[in-house]
Amino acid sequence: MKFGILINEGPYTHQASDTAFQFVKAALAKGHQIQRVFFYNDGVNNATKLTDPPQDDRNIVNRWSELAKEHKLDLVVCVAAALRRGIREDNLAAGFRISGLGQLIETGIQADRLVTFGD
Amino acid sequence: MLHIVNKSPFERNSLESCLKHAVKGSAILLIEDGIYAALKGTQATARVQAAMQDYTVYVLQADVDARGMKGRVLEGVKPVDYAGFVDLATNHNAVQSWL
Amino acid sequence: MSEEMSESGVVKKFMYVNRKAPYGTIYALESLEVVLIAAAFDQDVSLAFIDDGVYQVAKGQDTKSIGVKNFSSTYRALDDYDINKLYVQKESMEARGLTDKDFLVPVEIKTAAELSALMEQQDVLLSF
Repeated sequence: MKFGILINEGPYTHQASDTAFQFVKAALAKGHQIQRVFFYNDGVNNATKLTDPPQDDRNIVNRWSELAKEHKLDLVVCVAAALRRGIREDNLAAGFRISGLGQLIETGIQADRLVTFGD
Repeated sequence: MLHIVNKSPFERNSLESCLKHAVKGSAILLIEDGIYAALKGTQATARVQAAMQDYTVYVLQADVDARGMKGRVLEGVKPVDYAGFVDLATNHNAVQSWL
Repeated sequence: MSEEMSESGVVKKFMYVNRKAPYGTIYALESLEVVLIAAAFDQDVSLAFIDDGVYQVAKGQDTKSIGVKNFSSTYRALDDYDINKLYVQKESMEARGLTDKDFLVPVEIKTAAELSALMEQQDVLLSF
């Protein structure tokens, strides 16, 4: 089955990105496909490479980058939401790309299920 | 349909709203702070027990454990892990998150 | 218009579930921005306003003094994009002391039970 994932909150403040990450890992382990992970609202803050948490904490941004590399995930950050919040190509973490909201609608159309994680 | 609630019933009305809008036979999964609705001996317990007549209620065990609430989950609420969460999303035609 | 013309050939039912008041948080505005883009995809789109979401379409919004853009007139433009299924949840409306005369755009008032039935028919639910 093809899953689309929508993440609407930034890292650390809300659990949304953590839960989505665990969900995506579990889905992949079961042999499902992840059609796309779309970052919207404050969710775009999951994509900044300037993120630098204390050493004993998880690095939410790098964790997405690594999972994307390993499984060829399409991590898409909404351009309008990103620019509003100071996320741009210069500070975009590896494995993410910036694109339009049309990509979210496309995910709704192409994925068998869209699961939203937010506040 | 699978309904997901991630808010404590003591802080927001997400669960209440979910229960008003979920048709009979739906599955409700409690995750994150939503797990506080799945516990025994709270002001939300009676409401959730009544809801269990109409819905199947699941709880994400990882979030229960994280919050120190192991052993307090109501009888009849079905624990799932993340793989179980994926199965629930797979087995229902659509997913609504009551954010 | 139409179904055959849809880019992918697939027409799904999308419902936007709006449960938050405007201005206090950005969810109402950014939900509306998705809806405007969705209009270009020839999908079956509806909007549900539940809980504090009913305030999004309340008449008389005037944001001059808070220094935030008033986006409420955009709801009126949705009809130009053939988005005209706007549902206000009756119990939420009543609980907030509003009536069907208080909205800035034509809406259908639906009870929770009616809205549940509509939700059940959807392929994709986007909640903000």
